[in-house]
Amino acid sequence: MAQRTIEIIVGLFMVAGLAALLVLALQVSGLSPKAAESTYTLYANFNDTGGLRPRGKVSMAGVTVGTIESVSLDKETFQARVKMSIYDEVDNIPADSSAVIRTSGLLGEQYIDISVGGDMESLQDGDTFYSTQSAMNLERLISNFASGR
Amino acid sequence: MLDRIASLGRLGLNVVASLGRSGRFLAGVLSGVPRPVTGFPLLVRQIYEVGVLSLAIVVVSGLFIGMVLGLQGYTILSDFGSEAAIGQMIALTLVRELGPVVTALLFAGRAGSALTAEIGLMKATEQLSSMEMMGVDPLRRVIAPRLWAGFIAMPVLALIFSVVGIYGGMLVGVEWLGVFEGSFWSNMQSSVDFTDDVMNGFIKSVVFGFVCAWIAVFQGYDCVPTSAGISSATTKTVVYSSLAVLGLDFVLTAVMFGDF
Repeated sequence: MAQRTIEIIVGLFMVAGLAALLVLALQVSGLSPKAAESTYTLYANFNDTGGLRPRGKVSMAGVTVGTIESVSLDKETFQARVKMSIYDEVDNIPADSSAVIRTSGLLGEQYIDISVGGDMESLQDGDTFYSTQSAMNLERLISNFASGR
Repeated sequence: MLDRIASLGRLGLNVVASLGRSGRFLAGVLSGVPRPVTGFPLLVRQIYEVGVLSLAIVVVSGLFIGMVLGLQGYTILSDFGSEAAIGQMIALTLVRELGPVVTALLFAGRAGSALTAEIGLMKATEQLSSMEMMGVDPLRRVIAPRLWAGFIAMPVLALIFSVVGIYGGMLVGVEWLGVFEGSFWSNMQSSVDFTDDVMNGFIKSVVFGFVCAWIAVFQGYDCVPTSAGISSATTKTVVYSSLAVLGLDFVLTAVMFGDF
């Protein structure tokens, strides 16, 4: 086969490989081409974060408004400190809203839901949620039910 | 009795010696990087032989493996009522594991054995030594393009395998078994991470490509220059490449996906 034909075919082969990589990036792993949304940081302290993991979602009224950056232990209060990145456009969360850990479905993955309060002031970058509600612990629920409380 | 022990010792020494020869061989090949202008047509030709001609087996295997994953996955997941998770199961299995590993095994079987046979035949018909006589370094002219071609073609083949497999899984899951297409793709997109899954699979396929190509070329170069020697070298290529790929896969998976 002529050298030129071979070069063209190998070129098409490499293009097919690159196209496969693009498909894997965009369609399969959902990497979106839009630039990383600018976000601000909020904190929340929980007694029990259950199965909360980084990259989990933060939602308000069912709409995703941010993501969970990290979950760490506060060694002084022995509570879990969750760092969240909230999209800049959601900038008027009332200062007395509470962060609640919910489970999607019965056994699905856990996420943080923000229940709005009524304060006129909004949470700013670096603020901490005033009230929180920890994850539902299935064993505690069952033992409560079994002991008739 | 003493003879048997002696032959065991000789076997061990031979293995170590061949490992050493393969190391020196690799050093010689890597230092002979193909010259950009004159070596490039050789490299392109080898990528054609090694990569493009393996495309048929990779695409067909990928399609069928994806379809089988879809079928088996659906059967198991329907016990838990989570058929919608089939997209993420197929994608993660293919991108993390089956894509790189199965492509490497197919590559070793098809392209690796072809490389070994070709180089072994060149050695048996004294083409390599006559090149040395003429002052052309056979490592640079013959071996290096084939090693680099394997190194370049393997990741491309693995990517194509993964994509075709996911498409096959979609054919079975969505078109045939009736999983809702929207949740198929959205579950997949939310659970497959580009850096952690796709890139790790890509790194694996690069490592496997290097190892398979190296074993294939070395076995050809090092074989006993008779027809029995070439056939034994071809078998050794396929066996050693497969073992190395599976062993390295465990090590890489433990490093990339283990929790430490």
